[in-house]
Amino acid sequence: MDIGFIVEYIPLYVEAAKLTLGIGLIGIALSLIVGLLIAFIQYFKIPILRQMATGYIELSRNTPLLVQLFFLYFGLPKVGIRISSEGCAIIGLCFLGGSYMAEAFRSGMESVEKGQEESAFALGFRKSQVVRYVILPQALSVSIPALCANMIFLIKETSVFSVVALADLMYVAKDLIGLYYKTDEALLMLVIAYLIILLPISIVAAILERRIRYAGFGN
Amino acid sequence: MAEQQVILEARNITKDYGGGRVLDGVSLQVHKGEVIVLIGPSGCGKSTFLRCMNGLEQIQSGQILLDGEVITEGKTDWTKVRQKIGMVFQSYELFPHMSVIDNLVLGPVKVQGRDKKEVTKEAEKLLERVGLLDKKDAFPRQLSGGQKQRVAIVRALILKPEILLFDEVTAALDPEMVREVLDVILELAADGYTMLIVTHEMQFAKAVADKIVFIDGGKVVESGIPEKFFTQPETDRARRFLNTFIYAKGGEKA
Repeated sequence: MDIGFIVEYIPLYVEAAKLTLGIGLIGIALSLIVGLLIAFIQYFKIPILRQMATGYIELSRNTPLLVQLFFLYFGLPKVGIRISSEGCAIIGLCFLGGSYMAEAFRSGMESVEKGQEESAFALGFRKSQVVRYVILPQALSVSIPALCANMIFLIKETSVFSVVALADLMYVAKDLIGLYYKTDEALLMLVIAYLIILLPISIVAAILERRIRYAGFGN
Repeated sequence: MAEQQVILEARNITKDYGGGRVLDGVSLQVHKGEVIVLIGPSGCGKSTFLRCMNGLEQIQSGQILLDGEVITEGKTDWTKVRQKIGMVFQSYELFPHMSVIDNLVLGPVKVQGRDKKEVTKEAEKLLERVGLLDKKDAFPRQLSGGQKQRVAIVRALILKPEILLFDEVTAALDPEMVREVLDVILELAADGYTMLIVTHEMQFAKAVADKIVFIDGGKVVESGIPEKFFTQPETDRARRFLNTFIYAKGGEKA
């Protein structure tokens, strides 16, 4: 194990980690927005949009991110649409994550008892108010474990970004292996880098889940 | 006594559900200050009738009128209508993620745009009336069934509805808690609230009702003042129904 090599190339990994995390977080934020929108479309049963949402979810969940990225990066330029590496990565992550987030929100909203909605209607609430004040707060506490799992899943998925020529962690590791044949060192640093990014997120998620599970409402 | 104005009226309403006819031409008038109790066997349509009254269920034909205006035709602003028709459910349906006081204040503030401070004061007063002021910061899961239902009644009351609908509000409660909830409703009746009540508690029905409406098979079979209905029902069907509440030794029906 060449410690000198590792120390020398740490800055490269730090830069790559920043990129991975940056694009990962933007992708997650956009996925959450898309997911919530889709969940609302399904909840309010908006015609046409609802069918489109179903189509999108099936397409997104049943194709690998790698294929989605290939399509964005190599396919779209053939019809004259050129998107930067970062753009492809963010769009791809959002396209994939949106459907998973949507399903997490939807299952949470569906878990709220029908009577809650009815009693809110009986008090004179509009449907949008029912969602905002009654359904969503209850749904979120049910959805949080799934949402956290999705976030971790999405950050891990960023490891395929190197195919669209993005200098993320995986890209740097492969680069170093190719240039110097320092396979052990490069992969060790890769694993550690992912752990440094993901462990804190996992721990926070676990704490959050436990608090929700044991707290219930109001204790 | 001068005839009071009609607050809520059903005119020959029908309701189909899953291919079957649940309500088959039911008509009913509720006058201001009147307490009407709907009774009948399970599945007779009395709860459905109640749920049609505030638009939770849609009717197939007939009309429902609130203060003389048809609310089942054309564009009805149900959010306005429902503020005038309060409803209390069998399963309480308090919002579990909010404290008691927040449960009470949410409606008036968000639906009626009233001042939060003023509503909070009013909510506290009403809570005191039902003996639950010390629970105002508790969450629903920390309350007993009877306490939850009393909070639910206050939640309906605080919107100042013209009429209150009670849908088997004691059916999920232990006998002792049934009493505390029914006492609240009896008090409301004494205060002159207009109420339409679905219940299986015959003694309570006798005590609270100005009028009993007996429903079976989606139709009003018989209606009248409780003194007469419970002692000399006119129809065979009502007599048979009332007999199911009487027990004789050895399980033989009286």
